[in-house]
Amino acid sequence: MKQRSRYPFYLAIFLFIAGGIALATARHVKLGIPWLAGQQQAVWMVEARIDFEAVGEEVLVSLNVPDNPPGFRVLSQQAASPGYGFSLIEDSGDLRAEWSVREASGPQTLYFNVQLTPNEADNSNNAPTPKPQPEAVFWEEPEATAVAEVLERAAAKSASPESMTRELIKLMQTSDPDQNISLLLNSESYVPLLRRMLNHAGIPARVADGLKLEDARRLQPLRPFLQIHNGERWLTFHPESGQQGLPDDVLLWRQDALSLLDVIGGEDSQISFSMLQQTVPALQLATREGGQNGLGLLSLYELPIEEQGMFRMLLLLPLGALMVAFMRIIIGVRTSGTFMPVLIAVAFVQTSLVPGLIAFLSVVAVGLLMRGYLSSLNLLLVSRISALIILVIAITAGFSIIGYQMGFSTGMTVTFFPMVILAWTIERMSILWEEDGAREVMIQGSGSLFVAILAYLLMDAPLARHLTFNFPELHLVTFGLILLMGQYTGYKLTELRRFRTVKDFS
Amino acid sequence: MRSWISPLRLRTAGILGMNKRNVGYIGRYNDRSAYPLVDDKLKTKLLAEEFDIKTPRLRQVVRQQHEIGHFGEMAAELDGFAIKPSKGSGGKGITVVQRREGDDQYVKASGAYLSLETLKRHLSNILAGLYSLGGTPDVAIVEDLVRPTALLSKFSFQGVPDIRIVVFQGYPIMAMLRLSTRASDGKANLHQGAVGVGLDIGSGQALNAVQFNRQILLHPDTGLPMSQIRIDDWETMLAMASRCYEATGLGYIGVDLVLDETEGPLLLELNARPGLAIQMANGKGLLPRLQNIESLKRPHFTPEQRAAYAMTTFGA
Repeated sequence: MKQRSRYPFYLAIFLFIAGGIALATARHVKLGIPWLAGQQQAVWMVEARIDFEAVGEEVLVSLNVPDNPPGFRVLSQQAASPGYGFSLIEDSGDLRAEWSVREASGPQTLYFNVQLTPNEADNSNNAPTPKPQPEAVFWEEPEATAVAEVLERAAAKSASPESMTRELIKLMQTSDPDQNISLLLNSESYVPLLRRMLNHAGIPARVADGLKLEDARRLQPLRPFLQIHNGERWLTFHPESGQQGLPDDVLLWRQDALSLLDVIGGEDSQISFSMLQQTVPALQLATREGGQNGLGLLSLYELPIEEQGMFRMLLLLPLGALMVAFMRIIIGVRTSGTFMPVLIAVAFVQTSLVPGLIAFLSVVAVGLLMRGYLSSLNLLLVSRISALIILVIAITAGFSIIGYQMGFSTGMTVTFFPMVILAWTIERMSILWEEDGAREVMIQGSGSLFVAILAYLLMDAPLARHLTFNFPELHLVTFGLILLMGQYTGYKLTELRRFRTVKDFS
Repeated sequence: MRSWISPLRLRTAGILGMNKRNVGYIGRYNDRSAYPLVDDKLKTKLLAEEFDIKTPRLRQVVRQQHEIGHFGEMAAELDGFAIKPSKGSGGKGITVVQRREGDDQYVKASGAYLSLETLKRHLSNILAGLYSLGGTPDVAIVEDLVRPTALLSKFSFQGVPDIRIVVFQGYPIMAMLRLSTRASDGKANLHQGAVGVGLDIGSGQALNAVQFNRQILLHPDTGLPMSQIRIDDWETMLAMASRCYEATGLGYIGVDLVLDETEGPLLLELNARPGLAIQMANGKGLLPRLQNIESLKRPHFTPEQRAAYAMTTFGA
């Protein structure tokens, strides 16, 4: 009778609980499955509209489209362009939408739709990238001298690529520019100028196009943002204010690509953007893309709808079992039949509480009366139970019909109760009544109902339904907790009452 | 009297709780494979015979439905008898017939009349498994009626007073006498209102008595003072209980004994999950005694030695 070491057991329980929580957290973070039911998430629908005049030859239109933009996650991309062949092409890290047609003439309009959702947790853009070589820049006199002088002033006040950029923007934006700056500003447009100057100073810089997202806006232009590489990653600056970082409501449409739009076989091309915000349940969003991820394998949404409904119910059962274990081990409530309360609770989930309770109590009460008659018939046990099952079905049918005739649809809910369980409950109660008296029937009956109601309340909580179905791995936690309770050797709550006279012992 | 007690005080009093009993004692010391020996009264009887433990004489075993038809003929030879489901638990399904009147009228201890038909129905219920654990088919055993010694039966309201001894690792560590009352309907179940009288392991002398967990001094029906009770032949009973450990191999059992007028101490049944109420009857916790036995470095080998050890160690 040696006792084995308990440590591996506790370690296993710890692994179950930690594993369940870790897996759920991972799925929450990676797939965006929300912790709470009914969480809403904003989805932006951005539409790019390209207009051009086709000249009657073959046309090839190539548009740079957002690929992994910082702060957003792309949900879907699609093109609407009658008569054109369309494809998405990835070309050295540059995602482009390409339309082509053999021949076209006259005004042409192409649409490109992208759906995005804000994604604060996205860290993929923070991963360090190798530092690119700054572009070689050539200046002619007198700009060369002016650039050298302005850069020298900015460099004098700065210590890092970031501060250099900020200082340079500040210098260029002064309300009262000096000769050199005026010269430069006059010779070239502002943002490309900044880019060239920074590259000249040895800081890799590029211009990205951002789109300010505002609900229900049309004909929005892209706004240039300055990006520099500080040796680790690309940083975004507002070219006028010098503010570092990207505002939350700005989508970087183009980051890496050299050109935004190329049109071959057309002229006068223009691009404009319109956008719309929608709110979508976060869960719907997460399940729509869940399948693409390895972690999505755990998702029950992959199953056919019919099975999903079944699993919704099945996955609630462990919670009921947990409740029963808790009430019996820690609290010490006496129930008739160990898991009868869970089955009643499951029926309550389908009938909702009050109608279910009424239906249950009336079926059991009528059943007990009939069982009284059956017991005087002197039948064998098996046939008595069988007869009871038929009686229970008859009572159920009776209630349903009467309820329906009287206009209560709640009468129908009786059918959700498992008939065999009801019959056995009646049989057990009846025997208990004969042997231990009505008091014991009341104690065990009300104990069972009490636990059933608690289990029902737990199982019916929207949060519980949501978590059990969307994070089935959380059942590892339930499992661990139940195992842990199996180790509880302390007193039950009811024992503190049962043994209360111990105080009077000497 | 407040209605709750703090768990700390319970622990200091050494009270064994249900969870601790299940995990720490029943789970640890009772081998599952030996359970059928105690859950099946017929097996217990046969086993007890092998180990020279006396039990009430077995008269008949009803195994098949058709055998019930002959029950009347067999019962005609007997005066008083008890019908028990072999796998019954908690005293359920036990019918005790004191005597017979006429051809098919049987009289229970309470004076109620039973017809032969009722008894036959009862037998068929037993066979169908109504009283057995999990509803499995069962057999009914018919044994001689125990006639308790006058000394004890005068304390009890109807029914047979029985003595429950908790035996741990072969050591009888705590004992109580159960007396049925009017409230318990002649049954010796404490939760139905029977009186539990704690007995001193050292002498068989009554220590303390409770009904419904409340201390009492007099029997509620017979009005006799409980403190007068003293069991005869105490050491033999302890040794007998002790021997059940060898017979079953179960480390933590409740042994139910009766004192028959003519036969002396008889084993009624064994219980692999003895209840905790014995602590209330004794006014003492089981834990210190369990721990005392657990810490024994050299256990005693014969039942008599163990009984003697328990008498000196746990006696008042």
